[in-house]
Amino acid sequence: MAVKVMIPTPLRAYAGKQDHVDVTARTVGEALDSLVTQHGDLRRHLFQDDGRLRSFVNVYLNDDDIRYLKKEATPVKDGDTVSIVPSIAGGSPAAHRATRGTAE
Amino acid sequence: MRLRLTFRAMDEIREHGARGYPHEVCGALLGRELEGNGAGGLREVTAVLPLENRRDDSPRNRFSVTPEDVLRAERAASEQKLELLGWYHTHPDHPARPSEFDREHAWPWYSYVILGVASKVPGDMTSWRLADDRSGYAAESIEVA
Repeated sequence: MAVKVMIPTPLRAYAGKQDHVDVTARTVGEALDSLVTQHGDLRRHLFQDDGRLRSFVNVYLNDDDIRYLKKEATPVKDGDTVSIVPSIAGGSPAAHRATRGTAE
Repeated sequence: MRLRLTFRAMDEIREHGARGYPHEVCGALLGRELEGNGAGGLREVTAVLPLENRRDDSPRNRFSVTPEDVLRAERAASEQKLELLGWYHTHPDHPARPSEFDREHAWPWYSYVILGVASKVPGDMTSWRLADDRSGYAAESIEVA
């Protein structure tokens, strides 16, 4: 299936400055695999070392979060759009670390 | 790398940080890239969009912006013909330096502004950009104009 993967602005530098990449895939997981195979520098920003999506990386098939579908096994069809949207998270060091004077 | 904030944007972040203390607050930075994205690049933040910290389980040392709020911030930027350049958050009673938790949850390119707030008083403001290889942050100098 021909699928369009939309690249968020912060990651376009790792995808040939493109705002989308066309891939052929049967599932969302295959679409993401194809994306990072074409553009290897994207991998570390989307996936952990163990191959799972980073916790703050959210993937949508058209308008639906794949967590509420079949996750990476969600099937795709011709003309579908896969979007990558971050959650933004962070915070100060945990209290017990701060008391040791760790200014991370 | 330089980040220019308008006086108004700077004031809004500081006021938000003080108002939210002792909880972390967060928001989006909207503006434009003026001189490219390289080491000598300059970007200007002309508007901020305060967002709700969705981490109600530990809001004193964590913040979270949902993907729905990220999309809302992108729409707000687009409507104002601006770019979503990055994010700000506060470190209540902690230095304005990125934590390991911050690094694990960041992408390059975005500017991550951190404001220290000590006993409800806004203090140091710093800005950071994640390295391409995710190994750490580089400081981005802040200008106010």
